[in-house]
Amino acid sequence: MSGGRSVPKAVNDALARWGGTTSRRDFLKTSGLFVFGLSGAGAVGAGRWGYGTEPSGDESSEPASYPDPDFLQLDSWLVVHEDGSATFYVGKTDGGQGTGTATQQMMCDELDLAFDQATVVMGRTDMTVDQGGSGGSDAIERDAMVGRRIAAEARRVLLEMASERFGVPVEALGVNEGVISLRDDPARTVSYGELIGGRRFDVALTGGNINATTGVASIKPVQDLKLVGRSIPRYDIPGKVDASLEWAVDVRLPGMVHARNVRPPFAGATLAAIDESSVRDLPGFIRVVSEGNYVAVVCEREEQAIEAAERLVVEWEKPATAPFPASDHLFDYMRGAERVPGSGGRGAAQTQGDPDGALASAATVVEAAYDIPFHGHTAIGPAHALADPSDGQMTIYTNDMKPYSHRTGIAEFLGMDPEQVRVIWMEGPQLYGRTAADDAGFEAAYLARELGRPVRVQWMRHEETAWDTKGPAFAIDLRGGLDADGNLVALDYRGRIANYAHVGYNQARTVLIAQLMGFRPERPPPGGARGPDEMYHIPNRRQETRAVRFPLAFETPLRTGNLRDPNGPQTTFAGESFIDELAGAAGADPVEFRLRLLHGTSDDDEAFRRARSIAVVEAAAEAYGWDARPSPGTVGSGRVLAGRGIAYAYRARTTIAVIAEVEVDRETGRVWVRRMVCAHDCGLVINPNGLESTIQGNLLHGISRTLYEEVRFDGEKVTSVDWRTHPTLTHMDTPERIDVVMVNGDPNPERPDLRPYGAGEPSHRPVPAAIANAIFDATGVRMRRLPLRPERVLGELG
Amino acid sequence: MSEITLRVNGETHTLDVDPSTPLLYVLRNDLGLRGPRFGCGLAQCGTCTVLMDGRAIRSCNRPVSRSTGEITTLEGLPEDGELHPVQQAWIDEQVPQCGYCQNGQILTAAALLSYSPSPSDDEIREGMNRVLCRCMTYYRIQSAVKRAAEAMAEGEDR
Repeated sequence: MSGGRSVPKAVNDALARWGGTTSRRDFLKTSGLFVFGLSGAGAVGAGRWGYGTEPSGDESSEPASYPDPDFLQLDSWLVVHEDGSATFYVGKTDGGQGTGTATQQMMCDELDLAFDQATVVMGRTDMTVDQGGSGGSDAIERDAMVGRRIAAEARRVLLEMASERFGVPVEALGVNEGVISLRDDPARTVSYGELIGGRRFDVALTGGNINATTGVASIKPVQDLKLVGRSIPRYDIPGKVDASLEWAVDVRLPGMVHARNVRPPFAGATLAAIDESSVRDLPGFIRVVSEGNYVAVVCEREEQAIEAAERLVVEWEKPATAPFPASDHLFDYMRGAERVPGSGGRGAAQTQGDPDGALASAATVVEAAYDIPFHGHTAIGPAHALADPSDGQMTIYTNDMKPYSHRTGIAEFLGMDPEQVRVIWMEGPQLYGRTAADDAGFEAAYLARELGRPVRVQWMRHEETAWDTKGPAFAIDLRGGLDADGNLVALDYRGRIANYAHVGYNQARTVLIAQLMGFRPERPPPGGARGPDEMYHIPNRRQETRAVRFPLAFETPLRTGNLRDPNGPQTTFAGESFIDELAGAAGADPVEFRLRLLHGTSDDDEAFRRARSIAVVEAAAEAYGWDARPSPGTVGSGRVLAGRGIAYAYRARTTIAVIAEVEVDRETGRVWVRRMVCAHDCGLVINPNGLESTIQGNLLHGISRTLYEEVRFDGEKVTSVDWRTHPTLTHMDTPERIDVVMVNGDPNPERPDLRPYGAGEPSHRPVPAAIANAIFDATGVRMRRLPLRPERVLGELG
Repeated sequence: MSEITLRVNGETHTLDVDPSTPLLYVLRNDLGLRGPRFGCGLAQCGTCTVLMDGRAIRSCNRPVSRSTGEITTLEGLPEDGELHPVQQAWIDEQVPQCGYCQNGQILTAAALLSYSPSPSDDEIREGMNRVLCRCMTYYRIQSAVKRAAEAMAEGEDR
């Protein structure tokens, strides 16, 4: 199997370089490829992420081709160098939650390397196996478990090599930090570098798909892990603090030019005419490129492109019908609109028992409606990419969180063979789903092909805020029935969601440039969502969500895509606010009421979600110092009212409970979340400090979406276009105290096979309900429509 | 185009650019600096922050012709090869997530501590308030500013 064509060329190059057969300079010259930091312990900062600066048009380089790395080859995943250090090739991307560092911890543990003896290369389609990039909070739960199995397999092979060398059985050997020794004679050692440094393993793996890839070796029991569970500092932070890290925004290539888009001023507008003379004489002007309703200006310098895009005179025709209602009328529209046939999706319509009968005979029936507007990603840095069309290939430097679908999507869009396209992921502004449909890379690649030179695209702020993909709006109606003892006997949840034609992952027909050029998906997704995820025992219940659509389904700034924990914060806002309303109607304490619903059955499901739900609710209440009483408390007469609220949810196999303590200023309407407690059970914790950072981000982003964020629009365009018209959380709003409690609620907490569950997003979803419940506790007024900006709060307080 | 002289991180640069060019693009594209980044172009978010004569300013809408002071970017913050105490505090507190805005956070904190060496919690919130972070690392930033203030006070005492 040696010389297998699918071991990444760069891996062979790296091995050859480490084998001393090629100097660094020659390597750069002949490959024109990535130079990753291979200095072991010192590998932080630019060296780690730097890329070859030789233009790929270098005459000594062959026309490149970028086949998929073969996931069934150990060498595609892991390389051991002559000094015994290792490089791990990981087909994921790290959005700043530390998944790269955590993966390195897990793989080093299985391989018995010190953390600093390894480096990680992530998200390069020509070098790392297609693990899908980021999304679904699965980097640790699923993909790093593949990494563990592969590292375990490499260790097994190395031990067998040592066993042969020493003529002893494997059981007689021990390993520490990449050095194998005889248990009975520790002076006799051989290092990983001596055994295989600079050479390929040539070991075949098995598995029907990438996620199932495995060798023969077993992974270690949790009790034997030394690096897992430690707060090892993230490797990417030093380079982010001293400006040495090279980001996708930083890449500059010889001959590169700059482009800016010119967007339709009204949704659904049709391009009528472009007056190129309006910009032709500007300094640095190169070209106006347009096709369909897509328009861009290309100039030599960045500021020239910005000015030309502002000055280009374009005539647009308004559509005959209004594309959508104004945001002030959104929820009336959604409740009155026809439901999309076939909408709903997996788990969207479920009935247990007889909810209508139970409601009819209930002692008390509670009804409420909740409205959640469109939310934008509004990344701190607008979309950007650089595309290099040299040698008839296409290389895209991007922060796309899903580089593999970016590659196949761009290949399809341009009609290229995917093997001619490679996508190089580099760090960028927060992803959270925005860069799963990364428009700028498609635009840069299209323009680069048109111009025959490297083109860099960056969106402007107004463009990003108005035209990025949106988290869908929801209108949710709930009814609940209590029996005479205050037990919840029926729950009816009916949701409407504005996510018809939700964009996919980097699809050639749904990215914005494709839509503007007139492409349409063959079968637009009808839309839908599941209801809130909780483990409550409610004997009679119905849960149904259907999609509604607007007159304009494409070329719209209200196109929806995945936004952090898609649908979770919205459905949990309704579900957990309503549980609080029911607790109030039952005269029960909100924590006690939830625990009663969780204890209502002894049934459990996979991963002990019910037991672990109880554990997080109890842990949050204990950490907060919750005093059991119904809400609201005694509403004071002062200017500032204080209260606390809880919300709980699960996501996949992770359980979370959040308690918010708020202060409400009755004169200004300002809400300050003074304190937050999050109890979190995601199974095995890899890096406590990294997890805490991720949870803090989820909590604060949740506060921002609850208090401030809303995409607003009139009948023809989005009017949220910058940080004034689309406010976000600031330093002033930061809680005084955040307590994160790591819970292990597994019935067997010492389980040797305890797994990590996803943690990137779950703690986001309970936040809006926890805050609204706390406001109710403080004021006795229920907030049922987000966001809770001061003017709305004042209006509701009356 | 005209000849512009800039003082950046202790070095003098003479460039032939349109004097109305925002400082940001000259720093990034002509001088190859990575610290200041484009965020909004409207001086609303702080991602493009640099220090000019020790004060934190927004480089995205300041013409290069009006950038005549001594400019320090994130690259120029360390002294004698040692990270600035604010940078060290950012590592110690493990502040950044994506990190895109942290240039503005770090430089604004450094400027804040230069004129208010031991700020109260409220002074930190107010002093940092106009620098936005969409990963919402504010909580750790505020801890790191306090840690840096303490480290700088200890350094003075030595």
